[in-house]
Amino acid sequence: MHLKELYRDVILDHNRSPRNFGRLQPADAQAAGHNPLCGDKLTLTLRMQGDRVEDLRFEGQGCAISTASASLMTEAVKGRSRQEIARLYGEVHALLTAPTGEPAPELGKLLALAGVAEFPARVKCASLCWHTLNAALERTPTPVSTE
Amino acid sequence: MSTNAAVARSALSPKPTYDVARVRSEFPILARQINGKPLVYLDSAASSQRPLTVLRAIELYETTMHANVHRGVHTLSQTATEAFENAREIVRRFLNARSAREIVFVRGTTEAINLVANSWGRSHVGPGDEILITYLEHHANIVPWQMLCAATGAQLRAAPVRPNGELDLEAFRELLSARTRLVAVAHVSNALGTILPVQEIVHLAHARGVPVLLDGAQAVPHQTVDVQAIDCDFYAFSGHKVYGPTGIGALYARESLLAAMPPWQGGGDMILSVGIESSTYNELPWRFEAGTPNISGAVGLGAALEYVESLGRTAIAAHEHTLLELATERLSALPRLKLIGTASAKAAVVSFVMDGVHPHDIGTILDSEGIAIRTGHHCAMPIMEAFGLAATARASFGCYNNAEDVDRLVEGLQKVRKLFG
Repeated sequence: MHLKELYRDVILDHNRSPRNFGRLQPADAQAAGHNPLCGDKLTLTLRMQGDRVEDLRFEGQGCAISTASASLMTEAVKGRSRQEIARLYGEVHALLTAPTGEPAPELGKLLALAGVAEFPARVKCASLCWHTLNAALERTPTPVSTE
Repeated sequence: MSTNAAVARSALSPKPTYDVARVRSEFPILARQINGKPLVYLDSAASSQRPLTVLRAIELYETTMHANVHRGVHTLSQTATEAFENAREIVRRFLNARSAREIVFVRGTTEAINLVANSWGRSHVGPGDEILITYLEHHANIVPWQMLCAATGAQLRAAPVRPNGELDLEAFRELLSARTRLVAVAHVSNALGTILPVQEIVHLAHARGVPVLLDGAQAVPHQTVDVQAIDCDFYAFSGHKVYGPTGIGALYARESLLAAMPPWQGGGDMILSVGIESSTYNELPWRFEAGTPNISGAVGLGAALEYVESLGRTAIAAHEHTLLELATERLSALPRLKLIGTASAKAAVVSFVMDGVHPHDIGTILDSEGIAIRTGHHCAMPIMEAFGLAATARASFGCYNNAEDVDRLVEGLQKVRKLFG
């Protein structure tokens, strides 16, 4: 068990200074995530442009892993389409739960979460934001594009 | 350890009669390494470890005595019945109940409270009545009452807590009213370690003719409990928090109340005779023990209580209090660490938060050092919310912990601070 693998500098940095922290007003979509076991709470607000997440913010309280994961996620999905996000979520899920071979290069900075897989008790912390994002997107029908 | 610390330690060390090294040697799991480091087990408030004597008692029962209880005429059935009823007598003695008829075996504190809520509660509580608890309760002493209230139209009231984690007794007194049907409170808070003034609570409640249930899960391992001296009406505890097995616990209920309570669960063992139309229920306490009980669990619980008695509950309490004072002093000295719950009367539980570090990160980092603590809401969300916290880190001490465990905890927390800055 390698503690420094879990708490990489990128994770510690995003925990200390989370990016895209706060709340969008008005927002096109919103969802709250809650991990009842540990009390982590997260609220996501999204602004959509057609099929794409134009902007998003998160707020809440959680451990370093959940905060950093949410912060990294907001950076990673901003400007992406639903389909791209779904694919990215699949890659993140694999990275956290069943890392096999080479991780997908499109993960980029999200690779900092690679150490979580070694700490099964903490996988939920890292995936809470992604579940919340899925909930927000599912609740929001893709608006008819005006472009 | 520096020489100064060693000198300070020897001044603090408990009575020489308490041989913690010997106690530790009786708990095989303490020899384990966790993540390459010797285990420091500071999570006894969640579940304590078991000494060899308990494991051997269970093994002896399983290998030489087992059959079903209260049934056969054959030798083993009688041996099993004797072992089971002997365990009940040990529980009676441990709590100083008047009679073994007042001791009902259950799965644990949770089931004991559910039994009272369903049996006593449904026959004594109606619309407009109130159940009075406190904000310090474990979920096991909240949810059964919420369910009872939902079923009967009664209301649940909760007495608040002062900033240091002590019960606000004045507020409790004011909440106690002509509508109160039952007071149900913790003897010791699992989240903060606060020891509640149960004698005074019982006195106040009885002055109004209100019976009192005490959740003793966190008290029984740490102090002498005398249900006659406390004069409570119900007392619940779990085996696994007092060095016994999981899945077994006991409910003490004052005989006059228990005798008038309807059975909760129906089945074998709780009846004298059964016809298709109706049945005659068994005597106390078996009327409340439907089905084949956890016999080996009861035997293990009996062995655990005898083990605690062999160490001496006063000696255990004194030893743990020394560790509590040491841990409180050492943790208070750490920068940007805040203790949550500083009641003047406390069991050996230290709940704390660290500025800028979530309790779960503390838990993971300590685990990498072989140190087991609990992090989270401790199944006591209302008190966490009252303190404006989602979670705390909690170190809880048992009869086998020593000053070195406190040293290792402090070193671990220094590592946490170093990593998180």
